[in-house]
Amino acid sequence: MSRDRKLHRWHRRMNFGESLYLGEVFRGMGITMGHLLKNLFWTRDMPTVQYPDEHRDYSNRFRGRHRLMQREDGTEKCVACMMCSTACPSDCIHITAGEHSDPSIEKYPETFEIDLLRCVYCGLCEEACPVDAIRMDTGIYEIAGTSREQFYVNKEFLLKNNQQGTL
Amino acid sequence: MSVVVPSLLKITFLLTIILGLVPVLIWAERKGSAFIQDRTGPNRASIAGIRLAGLVHPIADVMKLMFKEDFRPEGSHKFLYALAPFLVFFIALLTYAVIPFGDFIEVAGVQYNLIVADLDVGILYVLAIASLGTYGVVMGGWASNNKYAFLGALRSTSQMISYEISMGLAIMGIMLIFSSLRLSDIAAGQGDLIWGFLPKWGVVVQPIGAILFIVAVFAETNRNPFDLPEGESELVSGYHLEYSSMKFALFFMAEYCNMVIGAALITTLFFGGWNIPWLSRDVIVANVGTVMPIQLGLQFLLATIIATLFFMRAKREKNKFGDNRDREPVFMGVLATLSAAGAVVALGATPWTLGPGAASIYATLLQVGAFVGKVVFFCWVFIWVRWTLPRFRYDQLMSLGWKVMLPLGLANLVVTAIWLALV
Repeated sequence: MSRDRKLHRWHRRMNFGESLYLGEVFRGMGITMGHLLKNLFWTRDMPTVQYPDEHRDYSNRFRGRHRLMQREDGTEKCVACMMCSTACPSDCIHITAGEHSDPSIEKYPETFEIDLLRCVYCGLCEEACPVDAIRMDTGIYEIAGTSREQFYVNKEFLLKNNQQGTL
Repeated sequence: MSVVVPSLLKITFLLTIILGLVPVLIWAERKGSAFIQDRTGPNRASIAGIRLAGLVHPIADVMKLMFKEDFRPEGSHKFLYALAPFLVFFIALLTYAVIPFGDFIEVAGVQYNLIVADLDVGILYVLAIASLGTYGVVMGGWASNNKYAFLGALRSTSQMISYEISMGLAIMGIMLIFSSLRLSDIAAGQGDLIWGFLPKWGVVVQPIGAILFIVAVFAETNRNPFDLPEGESELVSGYHLEYSSMKFALFFMAEYCNMVIGAALITTLFFGGWNIPWLSRDVIVANVGTVMPIQLGLQFLLATIIATLFFMRAKREKNKFGDNRDREPVFMGVLATLSAAGAVVALGATPWTLGPGAASIYATLLQVGAFVGKVVFFCWVFIWVRWTLPRFRYDQLMSLGWKVMLPLGLANLVVTAIWLALV
């Protein structure tokens, strides 16, 4: 209702006082000066995040760069079942499976590579994983490099790529 | 010799003020617009961690512009393309010759007028030079061989012609009242009081003239509500579209120099020039023992408050950044402390007992300070309006100029003339 009335106000003709512009100009200058003084004296209340110095808080569910989980003995949890690379919509996970020496584990990934330039950070890989071996909970979103090869991360990198412990 | 040396000193002083104001205005424009729009503005460039709230940025900008490629588009007119920015900047600096920035300074018994050229046709000179500035813009726009630049130049010409008339009419009222074309006479005439208490400033005796003149000056300097020559939403960036490197910087600096002239003209014609209301030269010289301690005391008080605030901040945010920037509040605090200490030393030296000669120089300094203060305030108004108002549409601009400002200016002139003939 009030929104309709506002729209109506926009379309009406200016009355005499407004058509002189001058009063309205001073009103506008009052508004801008109000903003300026507010920001001058309460600078810390400004919504700007001084990015490299400060970081925004993201939710715990934020999907950052991937990491591979480890067992308690330090070997990778991954059993090279290819569920993640099958689920991946951008085909960025490349796994070469190898036979594990422990018969109860059967398989392990000889190589596990993620092309971060292709990844769309959808999180389908961590949902597809039956053994909770891949997670995207590192919270790392500052991903930068000077060559394409640096974005092609391997198993060793992904195993170390965590901030919240190894398990 | 007796003319050349003082003139050179005056020119040096004026150039220092104007060219010194340009980077400060660019800073005020960027930081002011940021705060008006709820942003923080420039705060990255620093010298050894001292950022001065972004004041270091103009230095970085100039460094960048110096090292950029000096580009000339194909098919442009080589000579005019190079000439245009120099012409614009040169003409922007010419107007200052006739603007009085104080009444006189008395050194060793000789009085020197604080105006470079005290022309008896000062206002005509100002109008003539101000319209010459269009030539540079037109040349730049045409020589660039770019249709957007050319359109910008065309707009600039028609806008100048339209608003020069109302500008001239607005000044004529002032000319009639002070019955002089000499800017120093007009400035001096505004030191009088009407009915013993109201300062006889141009804005008091010619309020409509003042409004018309301020609007016309905004249009003449191509500043925001009237910045159609560079309207970036339609013309990319108007007449200086093809310019790069220091040639672009000259256009950019000329815009700010024009702003300072505009502010100086508004001050001189309508806001009392170098006059301080109710404190004429005679009053200052007679009461120097009161005025000077009050001024120094205020300086001490202000500097102490600022220094305290900065030192409190230094203590509160000791390791906010973890690098050189943490020194910043201490640095600012030390600067403010030095200012306060200077005021104390000056108070201790009691310079107001030095006699009438020193008192006269002190009065001159106060008046020059008042002039510069008013000019800076009006420069800020230019920036303030730019970040408040949207740009006019072109037909609105023309109808405002010809259908509103011109009749109003004429009516104002007729009413002033009749009133002066009757009284």
